[in-house]
Amino acid sequence: MTLDVALTHRFSSFELDVAFTAERGVTALFGRSGAGKTSVINAVAGLLRPDRGRIDVSGTRLLDTATGVDVPAHRRRVGYVFQDARLFPHLTVRQNLLFGRWFSEAGNASSEFAHIVALLGIAALLDRRPGTLSGGEKQRVAIGRALLSAPRLLLMDEPLAALDEPRKAEILPYLERLRDELQIPILYVSHSVPEVARLATTIVALAEGKVVRLGPAAEVLSDPDAFPHMGRQEAGAFLLARVVGHDPADGLTRLEFSGGALITPLVEAEPGTRVRVRVRARDVLLALKPPEETSALNILPAVVNRIGRQDGAIVDVAIRCGSDDLLVRITRRSLLNLRLEPGKPCFAVLKSIAVSRRDVGVFETRPD
Amino acid sequence: MAEWLSPAEWTALKLSLRVSFWATILSLPLAVMVAFVLARGQFRGKQVLNGLVHLPLILPPVVTGYLLLVLFGRRGPIGTFLEDTFGIVLAFKWTGAALAAAVMAFPLMVRAIRLAIEAVDPKLEQAAATLGASRAWTLAVVTLPLILPGIIAGSVLAFAKAMGEFGATITFVSNIPGQTQTLPSAIYAYLQVPGGDPAAFRLVVVSIFVAVVALLISESVAKRVARRIAGT
Repeated sequence: MTLDVALTHRFSSFELDVAFTAERGVTALFGRSGAGKTSVINAVAGLLRPDRGRIDVSGTRLLDTATGVDVPAHRRRVGYVFQDARLFPHLTVRQNLLFGRWFSEAGNASSEFAHIVALLGIAALLDRRPGTLSGGEKQRVAIGRALLSAPRLLLMDEPLAALDEPRKAEILPYLERLRDELQIPILYVSHSVPEVARLATTIVALAEGKVVRLGPAAEVLSDPDAFPHMGRQEAGAFLLARVVGHDPADGLTRLEFSGGALITPLVEAEPGTRVRVRVRARDVLLALKPPEETSALNILPAVVNRIGRQDGAIVDVAIRCGSDDLLVRITRRSLLNLRLEPGKPCFAVLKSIAVSRRDVGVFETRPD
Repeated sequence: MAEWLSPAEWTALKLSLRVSFWATILSLPLAVMVAFVLARGQFRGKQVLNGLVHLPLILPPVVTGYLLLVLFGRRGPIGTFLEDTFGIVLAFKWTGAALAAAVMAFPLMVRAIRLAIEAVDPKLEQAAATLGASRAWTLAVVTLPLILPGIIAGSVLAFAKAMGEFGATITFVSNIPGQTQTLPSAIYAYLQVPGGDPAAFRLVVVSIFVAVVALLISESVAKRVARRIAGT
């Protein structure tokens, strides 16, 4: 299924003007708060009527202001996970989950219910009421409730923003499973680079209501010039790797990716599992010769690919390791000292401890 | 208790309960509607409607009773219409007492329900819409259950007010034993005759008893409902 969005809407402080297409997988609407991200998904859900626009889901027109088509929210079959869960307090978890079922003619009911309950790990909560759930539990129930309404696409508005770090870590794996299992597009609003780096298939970066960058996640995240829009501190690309083995004695895991081996702190995943490893640009060191007798466990041969803007003391450099791109943040002085230029061979040095457990997410590509 | 109260006193008590019951039940749907309009509506003249609803609360009851008599009396415009079309006569009938009680209790009922509606998070209704619930369904399965405590509180308040309503009732439908003589009217009547004090006192005790029982029942129901709605 595909989602096509094109809309403009005048707010008092800025004008929203976006157009993009979302395919199966996670399309991250990324940007600072106030960039218009939530307005976009509210328009898709039918909760906000834009001044002008067109929204199609797999050929079904949900909105076309030119011809006056405006399918009401309750007929759009769009699953929406709100930042604040919004469970119905007077219903049990089970009744909340089945709420959408009353209004959709979904076949194959009970097996799907069992599957989603298992997928989200909420079987033990079914007879409880929302008031007794933790934030993370509420959010998982909210996700299940949206999925069980048989949606044509799933909208998520910063579903982790209201949660603390342990709760975020609890939910992220579920979101990864959804991304890899669901056949429908997921539109995911976020202002957090780590979340986007773990989840996104495609990134639509918004600033002041406009699309400033759009493309596959790996490409956008490794683009040295995308970072004014992506947040400076958290900038960084990700590698697609496979778990090769663990070394429990040292508490380390050995991964393998297109550019060689990567040693990280212990990752809870079976050997053979595909993972996505986020590497922050400021955690990578560049060298022209392989450093000797160093504490860093990862020294990867690479080639300078692209050099970002050089108008400040800090420069982002994209390097290629195998077929993956890494982003490296160095000073302009180092750039000049090392005479870096595209095509120049170099070595990327990465401390294992710079990769935390939060930066590694399970990633399963299933044949389409 | 059957021997304790005289047949006439029993009649007054039963009449009062009947009048208050119907006054509450029949005004409830309208009160919910008006409360919704006042809580959610955006239109010119909202303050006029609000004032109109609250009028019986601030007018002297005798004025309200007089206005009812003018409008709903056998020669009043609405009274004539009701009699000609449906054969319903309100003046000097227990149904008229119920109307007077309903009008006087209406502002209290609307107020309680309106507060409950304003406390409902519209975001929950949006969530219901994204799950496929039309506005009518959302009202039925989300909004109404959430305002149930307000509806109960408003109903009990209205019932208590109806049990105690005196001024408008006696003005509109007079004080006819067995027909329009409710508890307060009966107490008033007993106090007007020599030696009526013991009967008046008995009815006072009955009034207090009914009021307290109604309050206790509503408290326990409201508590149970509120717990359900708090989601714990």
